[in-house]
Amino acid sequence: MASGSMSSSSTGKPGKREWRKFLSSPGLIFLIIVTQVPFVVAIYFSFNGWNLTRPASRGFLGWDRMWRNYSRILQNQDFYTVIWNTVVLTGSVVIITFILGLMLAMLLNRPFPGRSLARTLLISPFLVMPVAAAVLWKNVLLDPTFGFSTLLQRSLGLPVNYLFESAPMATVIAVVAWQWTPFVMLILLAGLQSLPDSTLEAASIDGASGFSLFRFIVLPHLKRFIEIALLLETIFVLNVFGIIDIATAGGPGLATTNLPYQIFLEYTKRFNIGRASAYGIFAIILANIVVVFLLRIISKQQEEVAT
Amino acid sequence: MNLSRKQVVGAFLSILTIALSLLMFFPIFWMALTSFKVEIEAISFPPSLFFAPTLENWQDTVFSANSPFARYLRNTVFITFFSILLALIFALPTAYQMAFYPTKRTEGSMLWIMSTRMLPPAGVIVPVFIIFRDLNLIDTHFGLILLYAGMNFPLIVWMMRSFMLELPFDIIEAARLDGANLWQEFTKVIFPLLIPGLAATSLLALIFTWNEFFFAVNLTATEASPLSIYVSTFKAAQGGLFIAKMSAASTAAIIPVLIAGWVAQKQLVTGLTMGAVK
Repeated sequence: MASGSMSSSSTGKPGKREWRKFLSSPGLIFLIIVTQVPFVVAIYFSFNGWNLTRPASRGFLGWDRMWRNYSRILQNQDFYTVIWNTVVLTGSVVIITFILGLMLAMLLNRPFPGRSLARTLLISPFLVMPVAAAVLWKNVLLDPTFGFSTLLQRSLGLPVNYLFESAPMATVIAVVAWQWTPFVMLILLAGLQSLPDSTLEAASIDGASGFSLFRFIVLPHLKRFIEIALLLETIFVLNVFGIIDIATAGGPGLATTNLPYQIFLEYTKRFNIGRASAYGIFAIILANIVVVFLLRIISKQQEEVAT
Repeated sequence: MNLSRKQVVGAFLSILTIALSLLMFFPIFWMALTSFKVEIEAISFPPSLFFAPTLENWQDTVFSANSPFARYLRNTVFITFFSILLALIFALPTAYQMAFYPTKRTEGSMLWIMSTRMLPPAGVIVPVFIIFRDLNLIDTHFGLILLYAGMNFPLIVWMMRSFMLELPFDIIEAARLDGANLWQEFTKVIFPLLIPGLAATSLLALIFTWNEFFFAVNLTATEASPLSIYVSTFKAAQGGLFIAKMSAASTAAIIPVLIAGWVAQKQLVTGLTMGAVK
């Protein structure tokens, strides 16, 4: 930032370069067209009674009935189940990946032979196409006749069952957590490596034990990295779709239907454009609540640090 | 030989780390391994580690002239490349202005740009579908390129602006004093210095674009479908049909991004931590 503001003053002839302030305009206009136009149209459609099977139903519901889609959604028990599923899925994945990611980052943050190979293997699940991960876990690893889950269940003397049916949500959470653990791990590892050794040495000379080193030196230093990792991860995991579409189709019943999948069903299976759009508005509201909530935690901590 | 307690703990932790990394990687290894089995071997129980490998599945699903794999791959490569290119064309001037000619509104604009990345795709899929239908963009490469470029734009602006702010400013200043115009300044001075940053940015964009499924499944039918759609057709393989072929197709679909990520681990870390260090 400092270098930026310096440039316009120190280069002289500011008027000649004034036009460069508009270099961002094409990009911003492009972004408005691609993201904000659909958003505004979504709001409009959410006040439509439009069902694709009845083309004539396209159009505004009328001022007296305009909230019909919203009130129907709010009166339906399914809505609360779907919101709850979305929150449980996202929350569980974030907590699990944080614990595993921190553990793996700390394990990787010490020199040992084979370390770079271990890191290479560990980041791989994040690079795998989620749809490929879904077909792999569904059709190979967790197959009830020849999968590894069956091998494990038999050798432990447990009843053999198909995990996407017997424990659907827990299994979806496990697969998504498998994919996102490397993401958290990589960011926290970078955080650990940016901690100067001298800080740790000084603290241990002062007699700090392993745990208090972690609690009072490492964790506060990592705070910024933890926040950014969990914020970005949350945004992505709120939108999880592929694994649900492929492995469970939202079921059994509504057991694994999250908000994105519910919207998908609403307009591709029930052809209800109006209600699907209203559901979409709820998805945007939920994402905003979560992000604002997380950002508030972050900025609050920064204020504490500053004072 | 006397080992101190510290050395024993150290050795234990190293072995634990290696074991955990093998465990995390195992599903991918198993998928690649299954792709070299004959179908009957792929569904044998207990799962077999040793077998006579075959290239049949790769020939049938990936390399065969009859297989649709090549078409899906072409679509993915085409859409990924041009969406990142389009995003860069819009994002680089935006990042440049925000880095070197900030105004009072720049910080606000940056926040707004980032907030669009938080917009859930599911929240706007219905209007996007209807707009695409009305404009005849369903099942076209251009439609997906446009959306993916919009998806990558915030990421690229955010990261490239950060990289630009780190450039040695006196070099740019010198070029300006030498009378370089904007095009010369950008192509001769800034761009060469930005290449590492561009690599990190493009890698992240590549991962997200190559692997994208939600927009693809909603907005394509046959012509413009990317690889993620091809892989998803194997969801019906449940119960043992085409397990080996499914594994070959999936392995082939993930290899480019997997290798790019392995080779460019450093750039990946730089890209992911951009926000944490700023």
